[in-house]
Amino acid sequence: MIACVARKKVEMIYEVVVGVEVHAQLRTRSKMFCGCGTTFGLSANSQTCPVCLGLPGTLPVINKAAVEMAVRAGLALNCTIGANNRFARKNYFYPDSPKGYQISQYESPICEHGWIEIAVGDGKKRVRIRRAHLEEDAGKNVHETGTSGSRVDLNRAGTPLLEIVTEPDMRSADEVVAYLKGLRDILMYLEVCDGNMDEGSFRCEPNLSIRPLGQKEFGTKVELKNINSFKFVKDAIEYEIKRQTKVLNEGGKIQQETRLWNLDRGETAVMRSKEEAHDYRYFPDPDLVPLKLDKDWIEGFRGTVPELPAERAARFATEYKLPEYDAGVLTASKGIADYFESCVKLFNQPKTVSNWVMGELTRELNNSGTDVSASPVSPERLVSLLQMVDKGTVSLKVAREIFPEIYASGKTPEQIVQEKGLTQVSDEGALEKIIDEVLAKNPVQVAQFKEGKQQVLGFLVGQVMKASGGKANPGKVNELLKKKLGA
Amino acid sequence: MKLVSLSPCTPVSLRACSPVSLPACRLVSIKTMSIHKLSLCDLQEKFTAGEVTAAEIVRAYFLRIGQVETKIKAFVTQAKESASAQAEALDQKLKGWRKTKPLTGMPLAIKDNVCTEGVPTTCSSRMLQNFVPPYDATVVAKLRAQEYILLGKTNLDEFAMGSSTENSAFGPSRNPWNLHCVPGGSSGGSAAAVAADECVAALGSDTGGSIRQPAAFCGVVGLKPTYGRVSRYGLVAFASSLDQIGPITKDVSDAAFLLGAIAGHDPMDSTSADLPVPDYMKVLKKMDLKKLKVGVPMEFFAEGLDQEVEQAVRAAIEELKNLGGEIKEIQLPRTDAAVAVYYVVATAEASSNLARFDGVKFGLRAKETKDLLDLYMKTRQEGFGPEVKRRIMLGTYALSAGYYDAYYGKAQAVRTLICQDFEAAFKDVDLIVTPVTPTPAFKLGEKSEDPLQMYLSDIFTISVNLAGLPAIALPCGFSKAGLPIGLQLIGRAFEEETMLRAAHAYEQSTQWHLKRAMVR
Amino acid sequence: MQVSKQDVEKVAKLARLEVTAAEKEAFAKQLSQILTHVEKLNQYDTKGIEPTSTVMGRVNVFREDVVRPSLPTDKALANAPEREADGFCVPKIIE
Repeated sequence: MIACVARKKVEMIYEVVVGVEVHAQLRTRSKMFCGCGTTFGLSANSQTCPVCLGLPGTLPVINKAAVEMAVRAGLALNCTIGANNRFARKNYFYPDSPKGYQISQYESPICEHGWIEIAVGDGKKRVRIRRAHLEEDAGKNVHETGTSGSRVDLNRAGTPLLEIVTEPDMRSADEVVAYLKGLRDILMYLEVCDGNMDEGSFRCEPNLSIRPLGQKEFGTKVELKNINSFKFVKDAIEYEIKRQTKVLNEGGKIQQETRLWNLDRGETAVMRSKEEAHDYRYFPDPDLVPLKLDKDWIEGFRGTVPELPAERAARFATEYKLPEYDAGVLTASKGIADYFESCVKLFNQPKTVSNWVMGELTRELNNSGTDVSASPVSPERLVSLLQMVDKGTVSLKVAREIFPEIYASGKTPEQIVQEKGLTQVSDEGALEKIIDEVLAKNPVQVAQFKEGKQQVLGFLVGQVMKASGGKANPGKVNELLKKKLGA
Repeated sequence: MKLVSLSPCTPVSLRACSPVSLPACRLVSIKTMSIHKLSLCDLQEKFTAGEVTAAEIVRAYFLRIGQVETKIKAFVTQAKESASAQAEALDQKLKGWRKTKPLTGMPLAIKDNVCTEGVPTTCSSRMLQNFVPPYDATVVAKLRAQEYILLGKTNLDEFAMGSSTENSAFGPSRNPWNLHCVPGGSSGGSAAAVAADECVAALGSDTGGSIRQPAAFCGVVGLKPTYGRVSRYGLVAFASSLDQIGPITKDVSDAAFLLGAIAGHDPMDSTSADLPVPDYMKVLKKMDLKKLKVGVPMEFFAEGLDQEVEQAVRAAIEELKNLGGEIKEIQLPRTDAAVAVYYVVATAEASSNLARFDGVKFGLRAKETKDLLDLYMKTRQEGFGPEVKRRIMLGTYALSAGYYDAYYGKAQAVRTLICQDFEAAFKDVDLIVTPVTPTPAFKLGEKSEDPLQMYLSDIFTISVNLAGLPAIALPCGFSKAGLPIGLQLIGRAFEEETMLRAAHAYEQSTQWHLKRAMVR
Repeated sequence: MQVSKQDVEKVAKLARLEVTAAEKEAFAKQLSQILTHVEKLNQYDTKGIEPTSTVMGRVNVFREDVVRPSLPTDKALANAPEREADGFCVPKIIE
């Protein structure tokens, strides 16, 4: 549990304490309070209306789908769903906040007191979720170097977010990454968030402090921003632990501040904009009426929460007798796990399917940047290839070699095998003919084998395979060779 | 459509200029001359019957505006060109087959804090001097669908904050009964325009009395609907939990008619009520108040109430009794607290509602600012007038860390008590009758130096907004100085019918509404 | 409640209002006066009383998750005090 052990003259051992705020963009079609779309990457200010521009006189109306998604997420995160919800205004001035306030939740968040389990070393650990609340996203301030001003784009303003806040329960960068991956998997499984970190659909802001091991009081908290990948989360936290340890060891004090991760320099740096003491003057938004969520309505969503990654991994391990590693990798993405199960239904050799899905398939998907849902090789096609290997129609080696072509061409495995004449030769007559030729060409090796040098057999098998253009069935070749050599 | 009974105090008898008895050559000019004196219902009747054209109506009103507007200053924006064009188009369309909608050709004025697509909406603030909304408020869309004609946008206290229109960045409007007096506020422009016959009817907005008080000061009818009866979408928010749009008209029938035209559920406003809209005109037919229990809250007749106002209101209560009403004394014990609650709740909401005026997306932007903070501070300094600033300061203070519970939290809790007072009262009575204002219209400049005194004069109208109830102000007499005095009827939530019926019966038996201001 | 000029400065900054020396003085006096009046509310016992933030008791008002047309960019930017390309232009923001 000790993330950082710093031994200097004082021999002080520090422990890091981390809590995380995640802003997950909900996968609604329209914005939180108006009918504008939520498409990423459109030209500036082309996805706005009087409501999300904050024009005088306009009013918000709550998107029902956003509330439903928040409830489903809350249930999956083991939260209590608040029966009485209110939206509140968080008042602050910033150009990307068109109304001068953000509609958020303050006193009564929609989800509270949850947890998720993460793997830590050999064991497991619960990270408690303090609250998750609904709010609207801000727009974007675009700063171009070399210009005197900044530009405001309000396309994103009003997009629904679920802000998920943990208790300070994590004690290392690895735990934070495990938590974030676990959380992201869950939200993606629920199909409430697309998890895209590059596009900002899943944004994380860790806050961390360090304290001498054994001390109960927390140290001074630093908030980290501008982190858009799991690797940077780990790098930024580890950098920050080192930095803070150094400051304390040199007798300094940690400042409460927000620091930005600088990817190029691999460092965190204090935000340059002046941080003033915030006084957000939260108060219930009088433009919106309370949400009173009926217990039965909430419970109705429990049935719509699918089997989550952790449960599914456990089931894969027992039901398909897969190694834990395989089960974990396969279930990290709902799409991959679904794909795997579709294959196994057609071809009941789970480990073989697992190897192909984790290996060949994932490689091709990654190379082409394709989501598994759009894979050109359907579970049926992959299974037909595996069946060909199983029946000995093609060798495993050939199957692996032709997989990229099957993937790229959109042709069936049978078509490719036929076109290339790659059908494996198992016919004894044909094989014997090749074997005879090979034996005739290699009298020295034959003699050596007969003298008892067993290793030579491998060489001879190789020669036969080569002579067959790789199409010979290696098992058969072995068998026939031994017979011919009288072994 | 309704009874027009003529009393001796009618300045010009409408029947006297009946076209039948006049030579054709004089017809147009006399018709044009008298059009502006008609009520909405009468004008609508004449228009539907084909007795006047839309173009004649528009011409008549701009003639009238031309005569009196320099004195009254009711309008911030006049829409003469678009109104004329619209009128021509309507007349063209209606040639041959006259199929009209309820408001076809009716010339209305709209308070300048209600958004009108393509027509400037300034809130009488420098901040929005050049703001042209790209959308219509829901009420405007409804009026447009009924083919109304927009004559112009009327003056108000900046962002509806005030009781006199003296807080308008474009100068005050005047009371048509006495040009040295204020028309009241914040919908002073709308009330003055109706009273001076510069439009047939108008829309105002009421947050703490902003429809009823100017209606009372100007001797016209002003109706604040139940919170949620009329959509707020497109009304530039002052205090979201209190604001309502409502009609300001020449008589009660017109108020009922116009309310019917703008009321109803709006999916764009979460606080709008999803209830059917009754036929308000139908309920007016019943002319007596038998079995109606009318409550008189003793707290509203305390010290500070002008004697002439008290006498007029007491006489009105007597008249309600004569009409069959059963008068009961009731209590609204927390009336005392209303002003304090109001000025915390309304300013807190306003401080947040007005945060969007920051010089970034619309409205004024201060020039030559050194950075973003400077831009915000200077823009808001230049754009807002003193009263708006004062209220933003007060509201910000009430919500700020350390004071929230003591001010905002406390005020919202006492607000609950005020609501409970009304609930208890309405168990015993169907209607509550009170004065609208402690005094008739005051002189320009008389109160503008003392904000607290100005706030305290809203005492009779404010609690209605805090409880979200409907209320109507209608004339019930005149002071010796010739200034109108208003009567307020407060109804149960979503029971505008009862209120309108009583108001109409009273109006028809007293005829105060026929006395019109002589602008001079 | 006595509101000092320092209080006024603090609140004015929160509200992003530049105030002149004269305004500071006037606001301090007026806010003190108004808040003193507001403190009369303390005579009402509100223990256990739910605050009212919206009247008429509506709850659960939603819209369906349906996309409606946005404004054309030019219309969205039409009221901008300063515009650059397709954005609202503001002084440089430093983060």
